[in-house]
Amino acid sequence: MTDIGRQQRRASRLVGGLLLVGLLLVLVGASVGSTGFDSVLNVWHDPLAWQIVWDIRLPRTLGAWAAGALLGLAGAVAQGLFRNPLADPFLLGSASGASLGVALALVLLGVSPFAADWLVRVGLTGAAFVGAVLAVLLTLVLARGVQHTLRLLLAGVIVGVVLGALTSLVMLMEPEVMQSMQAFMLGSTGFVGWTSWLLMVAAWVVCSVVAWVLSPVLDGLSLGEATAASLGLPLARMRVALVAVLALATGTAVAQTGLIAFVGLAAPHLVRSVTKTTHQRLIVLSSLMGGVLLMGADVLARGLMAPQELPVGVLTAVLGGGYLLWLMHRSTRSTAGTGL
Amino acid sequence: MKQALVLVWLVFLHTVHAYQVSDDRGVQVSFAQPPQRIVSLLPSLTEMVCALGQCDRLVGVDRYSNHPDHVKQLPLVGGGLDPNIEAIVALKPDLVLMATSAQAGARLQALGLKVMSLEPKTHADVKRVLESMGQVLAVGDAKRVWQGIEAGMQAATLSLPAQVKTTRVYFEVNRAPYAAGEVSFIGETLTRLGVKNIVPSNMGPFPLINPEFVVRANPDVIMVGDVNFAGMAGRPGWASLRAIVNQQVCVFTPTQSDMLVRPGPRMADGARLMAQCLLKVLP
Repeated sequence: MTDIGRQQRRASRLVGGLLLVGLLLVLVGASVGSTGFDSVLNVWHDPLAWQIVWDIRLPRTLGAWAAGALLGLAGAVAQGLFRNPLADPFLLGSASGASLGVALALVLLGVSPFAADWLVRVGLTGAAFVGAVLAVLLTLVLARGVQHTLRLLLAGVIVGVVLGALTSLVMLMEPEVMQSMQAFMLGSTGFVGWTSWLLMVAAWVVCSVVAWVLSPVLDGLSLGEATAASLGLPLARMRVALVAVLALATGTAVAQTGLIAFVGLAAPHLVRSVTKTTHQRLIVLSSLMGGVLLMGADVLARGLMAPQELPVGVLTAVLGGGYLLWLMHRSTRSTAGTGL
Repeated sequence: MKQALVLVWLVFLHTVHAYQVSDDRGVQVSFAQPPQRIVSLLPSLTEMVCALGQCDRLVGVDRYSNHPDHVKQLPLVGGGLDPNIEAIVALKPDLVLMATSAQAGARLQALGLKVMSLEPKTHADVKRVLESMGQVLAVGDAKRVWQGIEAGMQAATLSLPAQVKTTRVYFEVNRAPYAAGEVSFIGETLTRLGVKNIVPSNMGPFPLINPEFVVRANPDVIMVGDVNFAGMAGRPGWASLRAIVNQQVCVFTPTQSDMLVRPGPRMADGARLMAQCLLKVLP
């Protein structure tokens, strides 16, 4: 009993800590950039500084948070759904689906150089989203539903590999799209405006609510499929809903920011290393953790080599991976088998 | 195009302020007066602005723009595909020039900047984009610059003996290997010089080819950048290629490669480089 109480206290302290760090990072994010602190100091007198802080730095910083939150949430859902700590949100093929969508859109846009402006604007993000969702649907069809976890995983891997190969094929046929594809695959928060941010937050709210309501399924699943079924939950329908959450969350994040590695995998692990908790809390905590992780990476990406920028995906992998590795070694040294 | 030019010219004669120029997305970009603070995110566009004598109107360039020397002092605003939005906005440009495929255009426009997407890919594009650029900058030099390029290309062609007609060339873009086909910008230059390209037009501009294809085609001359030339003779079957056995290989330095692969005002220089090399390696 006292242990549960302690874990709960830890969880609420973690929420507080993550919110605080998040708030700090928003402030730092508003002040860091190629024009330096000047923009913040002059924000009230200089309309240009105002534009830089309000229209560029804030939406991109908050956008990084939203994208990270979506990926963190999706990671927690995926790991619960597949009962596998190695599951990441792109497991059902959404990443390769999004890449293929973007590659095809680039080819189509390239073929008709006079493609309308709105098509360019809607085209790439829309194509990424549609690609991600279609890939997940394809995985579901190939796995013949969601009942069989292993089948679902395998189908996801197969879809991922095949769509990835198709993307390579498209790039071979039209080498001109290769550079644009590379930019997409490295991921960037640099082009996020208020509209993108709003879209991501809306998706995050929807996904969080659904995941929150369905989290008892994830708790049940962690005890084994038989136990979950014996709890009398409509397992199949709830799993479909959770897969939908996964598709919506990753699709939205990928469409707005490109492929950002590792946040979805690392966020739930980082949370679990601090506290053991139910999936209801884990979902919220992973979201916050993912948001803070990506926002921190975004700030570093802008600051490390200013005025040049690093691709944020590179940093998330280095940061998240390094920290995770450290945690893993620490926990194996102190108490073998716990922690991760 | 001519009509548009005349129209723009008339507009200027009457000192009516606003004018419009259409870009490669088909968007009509309007100008109240000629832009004075330009950011260019594509090296070939940077070179065009400078070729039109308006280098000093540039206030920022992408990290790949390195010619002419003047632009090396300008602030860098990232790459064409990953530009630093904040750095661009901070330069307060009244025009941003960029490629059509770049995603940043929409974002920059949403922030209230004037964006023109121009992407020269062929010789004809260079002429067209140069003319558009002349209209935008309100300078009458575009025609003269193009004529200079034409004359340079012609001179390069004339410098070669008639026997090059039978010379078959393989131009390697990178060691994947991607080749420059007949319909590519580089292929057009080769055709102009009168040599044969081993990569026919139906294979597209820059196809990924099977190394075997080169062995079978057995070109007389290979053109390649020095980075990709390293180890070329060691590729399976390539040591016996006619071009390699007879040492008829044109190896270009990175600076020379820039000149060759950029569809811009230096394309005549590129043609001259190829012609000089052909003269040197051919018996």
